[in-house]
Amino acid sequence: MSAPTSSLRSRPAPEAPGARAAAPRPLRRRPWVRYTLRAGSLLAALGLWQSLTALDVNLWLRFAQFPSATDVVREFADRLGTGAYWQDLTDSLSRILTGFALAAVLGVAVGTAIARSPLVSDLLGPVLEVCRPIPAIALVPVAILMFPSNEQGIVFITFTAAFFPVMVSTRHAVRALAPVWEEAVLTMGGGRGRVLVSVVLPGALPGILGGLSVGIGVSWICVISAEMISGAYGVGYRTWQDYTIVDYPGVFVGMTTIGVLGWLTSTAVELAGRRLTRWLPRTETTGRPAPARKEAATP
Amino acid sequence: MSTSDVTTTAAAPTAEAAPPGVRLRLADTALGRPGAPVLHGLDLEVAPGDILTVVGPSGCGKSTLLRTLAGLLPALGGRVTQDGTPITRPHADRALIFQEDALLPWRTLRANVELPLAIRGVPRAERRGRAEAWLERVGLAEHSGRLPHRVSGGQRQRAQLARALVGEPRAVLMDEPFGALDAQTRAGMQRLLVEVLQGTRATVVFVTHDVDEALFLGDRVALLGGAEGGGRVLDIPHPRERAAHDAAATVALRRQVLESLGM
Repeated sequence: MSAPTSSLRSRPAPEAPGARAAAPRPLRRRPWVRYTLRAGSLLAALGLWQSLTALDVNLWLRFAQFPSATDVVREFADRLGTGAYWQDLTDSLSRILTGFALAAVLGVAVGTAIARSPLVSDLLGPVLEVCRPIPAIALVPVAILMFPSNEQGIVFITFTAAFFPVMVSTRHAVRALAPVWEEAVLTMGGGRGRVLVSVVLPGALPGILGGLSVGIGVSWICVISAEMISGAYGVGYRTWQDYTIVDYPGVFVGMTTIGVLGWLTSTAVELAGRRLTRWLPRTETTGRPAPARKEAATP
Repeated sequence: MSTSDVTTTAAAPTAEAAPPGVRLRLADTALGRPGAPVLHGLDLEVAPGDILTVVGPSGCGKSTLLRTLAGLLPALGGRVTQDGTPITRPHADRALIFQEDALLPWRTLRANVELPLAIRGVPRAERRGRAEAWLERVGLAEHSGRLPHRVSGGQRQRAQLARALVGEPRAVLMDEPFGALDAQTRAGMQRLLVEVLQGTRATVVFVTHDVDEALFLGDRVALLGGAEGGGRVLDIPHPRERAAHDAAATVALRRQVLESLGM
């Protein structure tokens, strides 16, 4: 029997299950491929460094005096065995973590207050806007005048560096919240406190995390610079000391330490952020949050 | 301020204790933003347990009317009352359902439905049970642990409905809640709404620009805007019963509504 001419039919797709997985997905690679790529990229950079210094390359850029990668690795291994290295490392870490924690708490609080209250915005806005362009490291004289010890001064500088990115991104994120969420909570009988806890802070979190990410990076720059200028102990102080006594491998050990610590702390912030914002719609291919889009994919 | 809110809400009498007569009233009211009134001289009364649908063209002030009733927007003049008490600010006794997706995206459907109860300080175990029961009533039992962006638009509106009704408010204000849904989902949601409301004594003000929807859902239909513009309200009592029995009556009603709106 033949089907009528105009009909709509659906037939199960002939492909076996798993056909969908075989569809091309250009952006997605297997995890081990990605880790190999990352490790390869690091190794290639090290190899380039090693060959440039070993061959004493002198093509306008001069590598003759440059310590080789192996020199630095040897020096690194030596230092890892000394108590001083770990002392410097924990000093710097405790400074940055204190400053950054203060900046995170106060930055979110001030940013939220400015975004939510015209009065606070008028009172604090101008002062903060004048202070914002001043590089935190230019506050060294201020820190020396104000604080009884260098230690507190360095924490203050680190705090200032991270405070502004956190405050500004919080302010923007809170202002950009959809009013309908707040109105929904108000019509459920919620007051200001409830709106703050249930709507403003969770809703602004993705934006706040952006500020925290930037903030931790700037904090490292400033803690190291401050240690170089006025510190006693700390990775920045040690690196500068090595430079003044012309211990170049030591300088590179310091730089590598800063790089690795910075990378670890920003990764920690990043991971904590992803954990807290699991609710964000993520695109399937990259696992990253999808670009701002009101209507998400539906099953 | 918020603490006292919560206490009043918790102590608020339920629908049974409410006086008969008029639940929501607007008397000679002007609505809109200061300096930009949208409606004036508006009189409207909604009886307890009634579903009043308000129909009118876009921009006629339907949403403004709802937001004023919700207490989110102060009236520019006249009196707006619930059970004789002036409405000055939002209250849990008047739930609002939005056209746009107003679920909190970082909360699961269950946590969203629990929120009005959490605000009132209902203990965790009890509010979980009540939220689950409501999610089941709107057909979302197996989705209760999902985040809003993981379910469809129609399912999100069902969850909003459950969230509005879980606290047993005396009035439910609905602002074109099905406006963004496809025709099929929309019809299903309309049937679900009628079914679910039968179990409550909630007074409903349902705003829509869709005449058929207004006729299907309303115990009474009010027209806003229209040929003469402004705040004239034309009452068409009991369209649902009439329409249910007689297709010709539906057509006549529809024509009457459209003509009154000046179309």
